[in-house]
Amino acid sequence: MRLRSRFRLTPAWTPYVLILPFLLLFLVFNLFPLLFSLFLAFHSWEPTSGLTAMQFVGFDNFGFALGDEWFWKSLRNTLWMALASGVPQHLVAIPLACFVHSALRRGRDWVVGAFFLPYITSTVAIAILFSALFSTDYGLINLGLQGLRHLPLIGAAFPAEPVDWMGRPEYIKPAISLVVFWRYLGFNMVLYLAALQTIPGDLYEAARLDGAGPLRQFWFITLPSLKPMIFFAVTLSVIGGLQLFEEPFILTGGRGGSDQAGMSTAIYLYRMAFDFNDFGAASAMSWLLFFLVAALTALTNRAFRARGPAS
Amino acid sequence: MPERDRLELPGRRDAGRRLAGLALALAGGRSLAAAAQPVVLTVAAYPAVDDIVREARPRWNALYPGVDIKVVSRQTSDHHTAMTTALSTSFYLPDVMALEVGYVGRFAQGGGLEDLGDAAYGMRHEAPQYVPYAVAQATNRHGQIVAAPSDIGPGTLLYRHDLLTAAGVDEAALTRSWDSFVAAGVRLKAASGAFLLANARDLKDIVIRTGLRAGDGLYFDADSNVLVESPRFVRAFELARAARQHKLDARVTAWSNEWSEGFRRGTIATQMSGAWLAGHLANWLAPATHGLWRAAQLPEGSFAAYGGTFLAIPRGVPAERKALAWALIRLLTLDRERQLAAFKAHDAFPGLLAAQQDDFFTQPLPFLGGQPARALWRDAALHISAIAVHKQDAFADEVINTELDKVLDQGKAIAPALSDAARLLARRAHR
Repeated sequence: MRLRSRFRLTPAWTPYVLILPFLLLFLVFNLFPLLFSLFLAFHSWEPTSGLTAMQFVGFDNFGFALGDEWFWKSLRNTLWMALASGVPQHLVAIPLACFVHSALRRGRDWVVGAFFLPYITSTVAIAILFSALFSTDYGLINLGLQGLRHLPLIGAAFPAEPVDWMGRPEYIKPAISLVVFWRYLGFNMVLYLAALQTIPGDLYEAARLDGAGPLRQFWFITLPSLKPMIFFAVTLSVIGGLQLFEEPFILTGGRGGSDQAGMSTAIYLYRMAFDFNDFGAASAMSWLLFFLVAALTALTNRAFRARGPAS
Repeated sequence: MPERDRLELPGRRDAGRRLAGLALALAGGRSLAAAAQPVVLTVAAYPAVDDIVREARPRWNALYPGVDIKVVSRQTSDHHTAMTTALSTSFYLPDVMALEVGYVGRFAQGGGLEDLGDAAYGMRHEAPQYVPYAVAQATNRHGQIVAAPSDIGPGTLLYRHDLLTAAGVDEAALTRSWDSFVAAGVRLKAASGAFLLANARDLKDIVIRTGLRAGDGLYFDADSNVLVESPRFVRAFELARAARQHKLDARVTAWSNEWSEGFRRGTIATQMSGAWLAGHLANWLAPATHGLWRAAQLPEGSFAAYGGTFLAIPRGVPAERKALAWALIRLLTLDRERQLAAFKAHDAFPGLLAAQQDDFFTQPLPFLGGQPARALWRDAALHISAIAVHKQDAFADEVINTELDKVLDQGKAIAPALSDAARLLARRAHR
């Protein structure tokens, strides 16, 4: 009994003990790598020589990163793909959520589940599937395009030759953006659907009594009410888009594709470390990317705050 | 088996003489083996090499009862990432690590691997038993031998005999020179519609290596001067451009679905690669093309290595285990029977010269129409020169491929393409 009472948690200690597992995991897997990468960013290191082989180089790695053509190229690629995949996600997800919310009763959960499925499916499985779909000679997308070419009138608008989706620089970014869009559309739709369910129905009823049609109801009630959720979802898209890694990495075989057209900044700094053995420059780049993500997130916050709160 | 070819493991015959420094430790290992606590030797490897190690277990257990082998296997790129991490932190270091040739040069730059040429191991005296270029590949600029070659990848030109014969192209026309290789492709394309090669990049990859002598650098010289504007790169780019302009390449990358389908459907007529590709073609890539392929030396008397596996001991391994690790490496790389078994089962071309003298090398290969191609590859292995490795080679490879893509796809002129590549590389040469 004495032993049990000795190990009994006092109310004062209970929160700390309960949060301890998270804190330990956070320290090991978040805080330590964060600080270690900051330390590395100021050092030159041949990793296979061990931890003692580090040499302090000051801001040399940051200078190198800022003058590196490929770092800027990767940033341009990242912004391109973040915009091309991110903007349509919201432009399609909002009307889609409105449609599902207002028009579907039976089978709604199945439809939402179907749209959400890509988000919870393994990225590797998705990338393998799309690699097969984008295949130049044997892919279903090119077969479909070839079929559409036989249509009267509009057939001439489709390419005569099979499109080398993952081999030609001009097609790589659109192909990757399409996959990212497809994957996260359902996730955003679920967010907006949840927000739609919180809008009081009497607002719409009052608007209808005042003679407002569906379009005006959407514009003056739905959209302003969704604004907090749009802010949240856009912020997630900005952060996720700038850290884009898995989809382009697997679709381009981990190399970024021809002319590095699909090489996002996250891929480049990974390759800098593990392919090109330059952990110092890779760490410096990761911090530069962090500053960019923080700045764009702050800008997003400001853009949504500028016109006043939704209420 | 000739006496000189037989593997002599330390502690078995002459450990005291050949491994003076390690004999006691090894004896310790044996006594450890006899003790209650079993000794487990960890080997980190990737596919095929992991099986080769596992298959050596019975022989190892007969020699070292009680010393078990634990194989930690990962996919090739994951394995090398894990080894980089293990060496950098000295945590979870295996006793023996397999390294693909591309990583040996990189890892050799650091100080994380044991010098097997050291008197304690004595590999410097045993180097003549291995294919010369493979030992040179594992030797760093300080003269240290950081790994022992397990298998090698002598380059060869595999070609579809039936397609070329139908097009009226013989092997001599295909291999006389690089220009005749391209000309043969034009005739082949006109006659059968088949592509000469999978990707024009393959042509560039081998031509930039043509004419290099042992110790020469590929992209950088010994003083880190950039070499990519030299005539060998200009010619490589010109030949690749000619192949693309004549539509001789299928524009597919190795190991893609299109690449394997090209072999299965007979739309790709040749492939320059390591000799091991013949085994992959026969076993799973295109088994239905049985008897239709032949092997030749690379065009214009070129010789090159495509892949290869090395075994190394991390410096951070406890001293008492290093002797056992070295004994295992010797079993895997200096035992003629083990080397032959790995070749027969996994197409792992032996790095051990004695293993290459087996009758197996003169036997006909049914997949290659009965051609005794292994003797051809053995000859190629003796002519290959080891190229000096630079720490920026991986990046240089990427830059050159990018500029080649611009030349082939966007019509960029060769001189500015190579000039742009040189500028990028010069910025990194001394990092």
